[in-house]
This record gives sequence, C-alpha cells and structure tokens, in this order.
Amino acid sequence: MARILAVDDSASMRQMVSFTLKGAGHDVIEASDGKEALGKAKGTQVDLVLSDVNMPVMDGLTLVKELRALPNYKFIPILMLTTESTGDKKMEGKQAGATGWLVKPFNPDQLLATIKKVLG
Amino acid sequence: MGIDLSQFHQVFFEESYEGLDVMESALLNLQPDTVDSETINEIFRAAHSIKGGSGTFGFIDVADFTHVIETLLDEIRSGTRKITSETVDLFLQSVDCIRKLIQQHDAGEPCVIPEAVELKKVFEGILSGGDSENESVSSPEPASTITEIDDQTGDGSQADSPLTHGWKIYFKPELDILKTGNDPLRMFRELASLGALSITADISQVPPIGSIDPEACYMAWELELDADVSKSAVDEVFEWVVDESELRIEPLGSDDAVSDVKPEVLVETAIEEITLAPTASTPEVVVQPEEMTSKPKKDASKVEVSSIRVGIDKVDDLINMVGELVITQSMLGELGLDFTMDSLPRLLEGIEQLSQNTRELQESVMRIRMLPISFTFSRFPRLVHDLSRTMNKKIELKLTGEQTELDKTVMEKIGDPLVHLVRNSLDHGIEMPEDRVKAGKPETGTITLNAFHQSGNIVIQIIDDGAGLNKPRILQKAIEKELVSENDNLSDDQIHDLIFKPGFSTADQVSDISGRGVGMDVVRRNINELNGSVEVESTEGQGSVFTIRLPLTLAILDGQLIRVGDKVYILPLISIVESIQSFQGMLHRVVGGCDLLRLRDEYVPIIKLSSIFNIKSTTQEMEDGLLVVVEGDNMKVAILIDDLEAQQQVVIKSLEENYKRVDGVSGATILGNGTVSLILDIPGLIKLAGVQRYEYKMANNDDDRAA
Repeated sequence: MARILAVDDSASMRQMVSFTLKGAGHDVIEASDGKEALGKAKGTQVDLVLSDVNMPVMDGLTLVKELRALPNYKFIPILMLTTESTGDKKMEGKQAGATGWLVKPFNPDQLLATIKKVLG
Repeated sequence: MGIDLSQFHQVFFEESYEGLDVMESALLNLQPDTVDSETINEIFRAAHSIKGGSGTFGFIDVADFTHVIETLLDEIRSGTRKITSETVDLFLQSVDCIRKLIQQHDAGEPCVIPEAVELKKVFEGILSGGDSENESVSSPEPASTITEIDDQTGDGSQADSPLTHGWKIYFKPELDILKTGNDPLRMFRELASLGALSITADISQVPPIGSIDPEACYMAWELELDADVSKSAVDEVFEWVVDESELRIEPLGSDDAVSDVKPEVLVETAIEEITLAPTASTPEVVVQPEEMTSKPKKDASKVEVSSIRVGIDKVDDLINMVGELVITQSMLGELGLDFTMDSLPRLLEGIEQLSQNTRELQESVMRIRMLPISFTFSRFPRLVHDLSRTMNKKIELKLTGEQTELDKTVMEKIGDPLVHLVRNSLDHGIEMPEDRVKAGKPETGTITLNAFHQSGNIVIQIIDDGAGLNKPRILQKAIEKELVSENDNLSDDQIHDLIFKPGFSTADQVSDISGRGVGMDVVRRNINELNGSVEVESTEGQGSVFTIRLPLTLAILDGQLIRVGDKVYILPLISIVESIQSFQGMLHRVVGGCDLLRLRDEYVPIIKLSSIFNIKSTTQEMEDGLLVVVEGDNMKVAILIDDLEAQQQVVIKSLEENYKRVDGVSGATILGNGTVSLILDIPGLIKLAGVQRYEYKMANNDDDRAA
C-alpha cells in the first residue's frame, strides 16, 4: 500500500496505470504533465513516481531533475515509463536521477511486478 | 490477474483522434525550410503517444505503422535528417492511414489497409535509404547492445542447465546510487525472493565517521544466491544500476554443498508469493473491471454514443442558476402558505424573478450544447492544402473567430455546406497564380473563414480575394437554363443570387473539386433547413463573400404567433419580411391561379392558410384579413391570416419523432396555456400551396410588362 504519483499526458495510459495500481490497493495521484506532477508532489508526499518521458509543458526528464532537487524527493524511487528501448535514452533518464524504467508497451501484470520490485 | 484492457479503448481512440488532429495541423504549419523544433516535437509527441497506447492496448498494426513514422520523426527532430515538402505529404497521408486503422479498431472490425502497408514500405525505404547522416550510427547501436546481452545470457545459459545451482555476485554500487532512489536493500530482498541468499558486506571503503557523507553509499557486497534461476533473472534485479556499478555475476561452483531439492522448493514458494500477492491483497480487483467493462461494451454494440465535453465553468454556472431557482421557489412557496392580497406585489416580484431564472437557466443549458466552431474549421487547413496542390494554386487559409460557439447539432449539419462553399471558392474563386500576377494581385490567394455572433445568430463567412462572380456568364447560363428571361432587369445581387437556383452550374467542366453533383441550391436548401440563410456578395476582380446566418440552436425558435380561425400557428420570426393590414389596392386576382400581392415593384403569390389547412376563417372577405410576407426557399410569398398574436420564443418539439412528418409543418410546440401549436415550414407551405417557381417568374414578368 503506497501512494503513487502517475504522470502521463495520455489519458488512456494514465487510466490504465491508475486502475491497475488502485486495484492492487495503492493510492494513486494522477498528473498529465511534469508541471502538474511537480505541483502535486510538492503538495503531498508520495512513495513512488511513475512518469512518462515525452510530455508537453514539462517533460519527464525535467520533472525528475526538479523532483530530485526537493529535499523530500531525494531518495524516492522514480520510474520512467518509456518507449525508447535504446540505451542512450535510458542513460538520459538515469543521469537526470531516475531510479529505473519500465519499457512501453507493458501490461498490468508487468507494471505490478515492477512496482513490487521497487516497493518490496 | 485479469484486468480487461478494453475498458480503456474508448479513451485511447478519442485521444488518438485528437493526437492525429494535432499532428495534422502541426504538419500543415510546418515550413520545410525553417524547421521549428517545437512543432516537430509536437508532431513527434502525438505519434509517440499513439504508438505507446496502441502497443499497450494491443493494436499491433497501429503500433507497427506508427513506429516507422516515429523513427523518421525522431531523426528529423534530432536534426540528422532534413524534412522536405514530400515528407510532409507522406506524413499527412500516414495521419490518414493511422486514423483509418484506429477507426477500424473503434468499429470493432480491424482488417488490413493496403495503403498503410504501401506507405509503411515507403517509410521503411526512406529510413534504410542512405539519406540519413545518422543511419550508420543509430541503427547498429541498439543491435549491438542486443547481441551483447544475448552473449551474456549465452554465457549464462549454463545457468539453466541443472549443473548450476546458483550465483556468486559482487556488487559495488556508485557513491550516488541512493540519490537515484535505488536502494541496495531492495535488490537484495528481490534476490532473496529467488532463493536462499547469503550476504557479506565489504565496509572497507567507508570513511571515518567524521567525514561520512550520509547520502553516499560507500559499501560493497558479496552475495551468494542458492537458486536454480537463469542469469537473466539475476541481471534483471540489477537492470537499473548495472551501468553505474561494479557488478560481477559468476556461477556458483558445482561442488556447492547445497542439495538439489532445497532451491527448487524455495523457487516454488517464491513464485507462489509473487503471483498470489496481488490477488490476495485486493479481492475487489477481479470484480471491478468486469462491472466496468460490461457497460460500455453493451452501449457500443447498440448505438454510437455521442457525447460532448463541457467546460467545468459551464456546469458551475448551471448549478449556480439552479441554486437561484431553488431560492425563488422557496420564496414563492412561503408566500403561498399564507397569502393575502397585500403580498401581491411580492408575488409579482417573485414571478418576475422566476421568469428571469428560467431564462438564464435556459441560456446556460443551451450553452452546454455549444462548442467552438474551431471543431468544424479545423478540417479546412488540410482540405485547402491538399486541394490547392492538386489545382496548382497558391492559397493561404485564414481562420478567424474560431472560438465562436454554436450548437453541436447545427455544427454537425453545417460542415458539409461549408466544405462545399470553400471548395467552390478554391475552384471558381481563386485564380491561377499567373493570372493573379497579371491582374496585379499577390500570387498567393487568400481564403478567410470567419465566424461571429450577431443578434442571436451565428454568422459564418467564406471570403476569397479571387476573381469574383462572373456576372455576364451567370446571366447567360441562367437564360440558357430558362431561369430568367433576357428581358429581366436584374440587380447585381439578384444576378449573384442566381447561383443558388436549382439546376444552375457555371462550371464548364465538372471538376472533381466542387462539381460533385451537388449544386449551390443544395447548399442553400441545407442551410435553410437549419432555419438559416446564405447569401453572396461579390465584386468582380476583387473576390466574393459568402455569408451564412444560422440560429444558435435548433431547440428554440423565435416565433411569431398567428391566428387563423380558432387555430394558432407559429411562423419563424426570421422568415418574416413584413406584414400588411390594408391591401385592397394591392390585390391582383388571377383566375385559375393564385392571387398575387403587388408589393412595391414585385408580385408576391398569396397563400391562404385557411384553404390549405381546411379551417374556417373568421374573416369573410380576404381584404379583412392580414398578409404576412415571408421569405423561404429563395422566394417571397404572402400568407393570409386572420390576426397576428404575440411574439415569443418557443421550444421546438419534433412532430416526426412523436407522430409523423407533415407537409408544411416543421414541428410543434406547447404554448403557455397548454395547447399544442404547429410551427409552419415556409418552403413546405409553398410546395403545398402549389405556388411554383413558374408562377413566381410569371409574376415577375408580369411586373416587367406592367413597368
């Protein structure tokens, strides 16, 4: 049972992630871009952030950098939901401070397995 | 655990359509010479989202197709490939293809689209072609990483053989590992879930307490995992940190003392734990998706549910208004409890307030159905772009007043007439570039779509700076088609108006642009059916302006109540030109035809409602009645009635839905006193009365002779 911030500009992806996580008993906060996510993260403490990379207004990488700059998000796991399977995109995420990634497309089971991996 | 992904399909379809629209308009804005990175980004993002979503929700054909486009876009975005107007066209075509593919999934009948296959090949050709400077760098790289991984697992494939019983791991993370949210403990826990794990910590690198950075990780670990798992399972645990850490994974010696049975059991329980945990902790999950998915499925199979998105402010307004209504109601209720004549002024005041509340409520409910006209306008940039290419014309489209709102139903019905008018302006209005230059005009023609509100109507204008209407040619054609006679002395406006006559078309050849077998008369009829009007103004050599006027909604009509005998009918106020009380001297009786009213310099056929509807008129002589001159279907008629009553807004109820179609009647409404009143349909009435255009013409010719 954790509080998870799910960030994606695609409503269908957001709904899928949110529905899956809520089904597993988690508390989910949704945001449709990095800026909204940052605002929500400041407003409450979440245990895990799942973020898309390509988003309008503020992209995922900037969000990670901004979050890591906040004292209470220094060590919080942040996973990038990415379709980039090439190595350099993952490295960009890592350099920005992301914990890891989950490559799209993923199904609910894969999502839950990854969440379990992070939250124990 | 069975989460049914189909419950998210509808949302995915909708956002994909939106994404495609975004791609389309951004592509149209793209100037190949000066690539604007933000525009490319926007296009890329939309394609990227569609690809991600289609992959997730199992629309593999969409995902595959979009993938190629995305790859190309990414190369353009990163600057390794130049964009040309040909690629823009290809992208536009692919937008159509993706839209088709998604529409097929949306309709539940996916099948192969040949042009998608073709187009994909073209894109693949571009991608594999040597144009890309990046090609040699980008494509082999992922391939090599994959083989590398393969090699590793190849090494470790012995792990899958029964000879290996586990792994010896040395793990020394980078100092900053904690700052990426990666916790070594979490990884160890995950390893422990695979089998028995023993851990030895190496604290030799930990500095003296005084100089410790509490956020850094100075430790290293040696781990021994007793589990019959493949190396890739262990790799996966360290997947996110492998690049920044010192990591060695070696098979445990086969001389290990651990028995064969123990790890197996451990693995089994571990697997059980993983698969059971989610279901056990959340029993409601299994039920929830089924409930939620069953509903939309049923609906989708029956009818296509149409819905609108409503801004929250509009809903708030509505709630606010209802609140006011409740206050007024309670005030009136209180007043009614012990009413004396003294409180009459307060009662009247309350009723006044009630009527104001009702009006405001009505307006705000209507606003909910209103959408900005940009929904309709948005299809035109593409249309103009494509058409001007096929015609080799240079045309710029300007859109203004896109935020002007109108009723959703009106919007749906005005789309086709608008397309026709824009095609018409493109085809007949704007000249070829060389002709424009000759005429001293800029090479690029301009078509402007403009919308604004004007006294309860929405006005939409299609303005072009083309050649204008060719009056002599129109007149000649009209005479050929016997729409007018040579003797007719027509004003410019009357000549321009001829293009809306049935059977009129000046195009010498039927082009595929505007000559689609639908004439301007159909455009006018469609607009008239919406209780609207269309007219054209034109200056030769300078261009034309088509102006469409439409009511904001189809649900409410500004009506004029009229009485014939003991029946009350309603005329749309917009159709009334004037009403005339004493017209003795203006009557012109025609034997065997219909009577005519001589109205200034024209003759107007008179329609007697009493004889059409077979009701007894209260006035004996025609001259005692009242004539209402109305305009419908592009002609004027005078309707003979007994009396004019109030003007009021009426709510239109469909007669067709509740009874059947009746000629001459467009609908019905319920009046304040509870009686049903029929709303008259002027073009229908004209047909019913048998007043043909022939007679109208004769009336005008008559006039000519008289003049």
